[in-house]
Amino acid sequence: MPVRNALEALTLRPTEFLRSAWPWRSLVYLSGGAFLGFATLLAVIALILVGAVLSIVVIGLAAYVATILCGVVVARMERRRVRLVDLEELPDPHRPVPRPGMRAWLATRLREQATWRELGYATLSASLLCWMDTLVVGGVFYEVLTTFGAPFYMNDEPMTSRLALAAVGVPLTLVLAWPVTAWAGARAAMARAILAPRAHDADEKLIEVTRSRARLVDAFEVERRRIERDLHDGAQQRMVAMNIQLGMARLELPPDSPAMSYLVEAQKLAKQALTEIRELIRGVHPKVLTDRGLAAAAGEVASTVPLPVDLNVSLPDRLPPALEITAYFVIAEALANVTKHSGATRASVFGRVDQGRLIVEVRDDGRGGADPAAGSGLLGLVDRVSVVDGTVAIASPPGGPTALRVEIPVPAGAWRTTVSSSGRPR
Amino acid sequence: MSNGGVMSNGGLRVVIAEDGVIVREGVAGILRHFGHEVVAAVGNAEELIEAVAEHQPDVVVTDVRMPPGLSDEGLQAALTLRAANPQLPVLVLSQYVEQTYARELLDSGPSSGLGYLLKDRVGEVTEFVDALNAVVAGRTIVDAEVVRQLLARRQGPLDRLSAREREVLGLMAEGRSNAAIARELVVTDAAVAKHINSLLTKLDLPPDADDHRRVRAVLAYLRG
Repeated sequence: MPVRNALEALTLRPTEFLRSAWPWRSLVYLSGGAFLGFATLLAVIALILVGAVLSIVVIGLAAYVATILCGVVVARMERRRVRLVDLEELPDPHRPVPRPGMRAWLATRLREQATWRELGYATLSASLLCWMDTLVVGGVFYEVLTTFGAPFYMNDEPMTSRLALAAVGVPLTLVLAWPVTAWAGARAAMARAILAPRAHDADEKLIEVTRSRARLVDAFEVERRRIERDLHDGAQQRMVAMNIQLGMARLELPPDSPAMSYLVEAQKLAKQALTEIRELIRGVHPKVLTDRGLAAAAGEVASTVPLPVDLNVSLPDRLPPALEITAYFVIAEALANVTKHSGATRASVFGRVDQGRLIVEVRDDGRGGADPAAGSGLLGLVDRVSVVDGTVAIASPPGGPTALRVEIPVPAGAWRTTVSSSGRPR
Repeated sequence: MSNGGVMSNGGLRVVIAEDGVIVREGVAGILRHFGHEVVAAVGNAEELIEAVAEHQPDVVVTDVRMPPGLSDEGLQAALTLRAANPQLPVLVLSQYVEQTYARELLDSGPSSGLGYLLKDRVGEVTEFVDALNAVVAGRTIVDAEVVRQLLARRQGPLDRLSAREREVLGLMAEGRSNAAIARELVVTDAAVAKHINSLLTKLDLPPDADDHRRVRAVLAYLRG
């Protein structure tokens, strides 16, 4: 498993851990933490003093407000800093400000719970965390200086014992990498716990819209399956049966009968109808996707495209249905675009799950210039992906090539284990 | 081998599995018309396996999608039957042109006596019965439409074939004779023979190997 933060780095094999950047990143993070904490402390003391002095005039109040808001600044810096020891982004919990201007900004920020959490974090950082950071970073420097510096400052000891002390410094310094990384990791986890957005930070209306959109997607999915089933059990069955009856009628009729040409024509129409129903069903809800999953369904799409497609879709298990169908339509739509617009001679489809995200890439060697704003196909694709919280990136310079990359988060524990991937009984 | 070698025009004992009653009756009607005996006509996979055990038919005709799951129970039942008795001829009828199912069927073991046809073809009554006879005779029959998709998925020696040669190969996979292929493509028998020779060479099947290279050419791409 790839390591994503300092705490996870601790589980690496010692040789691997010591060769990694994590101890260094941790040290830089903690040094910055100490600096930021003391800077905050000084700034707050200064602001409170200014506020106290000016409290006779109204502007003294401004200094107090500024004190409260210093949390916002500290948190913004911390969110950036934390990337040093945690690869996962720490998102901004603040709501967008509805109107431009200082007043609107203040009114929004002061009413948000996130602002007060950030103030709490700034207080914690200035009062406690920065001292801890100083202690840890200072401890490391002290250890390094005393051991490695021994040959230089100890003048009253024989050279051999001074060198011995310096030699002891090597394992001692290496061992210190663990507590430094551990404290940095714990501190980052604390920062994340306090500063990460919570459900009620977002606009309530927005949450409701997101939920209702998710419900709609589920409802569409159920409806699609129902339509597929109805078509299969109804129209499709009857057309097959009708086709058989027409075929039987042809057997009974002498070949030179005037009715024969009508029968042949009727059967041709029946066959066309069957093909159309089949295409319709495939568009509504591809059966292979339900039965065999994304990799197999991607293979089917690739086989209907009139150009060679290099297929490289490999997933450990079955994805949740909503993700599966979204990824499927991404591939289908992208390959349809390749066929229609790109003039490509070759395309490739790539599908993997990496760090909890489903990644689908469709590339072609065509003429490029694809614009999501121009075609409804790409736009529809972006809409579909956004419903499952995914992102779409398109690189399509004029002259090509075109690459489309979709990333969709896979909720933890959402994998469906299949009895057997091929569906065969054991 | 029960009756695998019989190239008969009638008198086969058939078990049909298909959940749609009108289609089931339609297929049974065709078979009776041609003098075959429908020993059992069932509507789900479990009954299919029981019926085969009970009646020991000469050939099984089954749908892919059947109750209870309406997934691919029919195909699974076909694979189970073939695993128990690799000689049992099985013709799978399907609404799905997708090659995944056909490939699973053909990859399950020896493919002689297996068929995968779209239900659309059943309306071509004589062709359907010919296909059934071919399966009983131990040949492998795959729907031309499905073959087209299989061909599209393949890369390698098949890339060397021309469009026309692929078409011919597709018809060969359906078990058509040279004459039938010539009729279908509206060309002379000689032209068909030329295409076949050319495609066999391109597939590295030299003429001196053996006379089954026609079958091997078809299998070359039906097998993944």
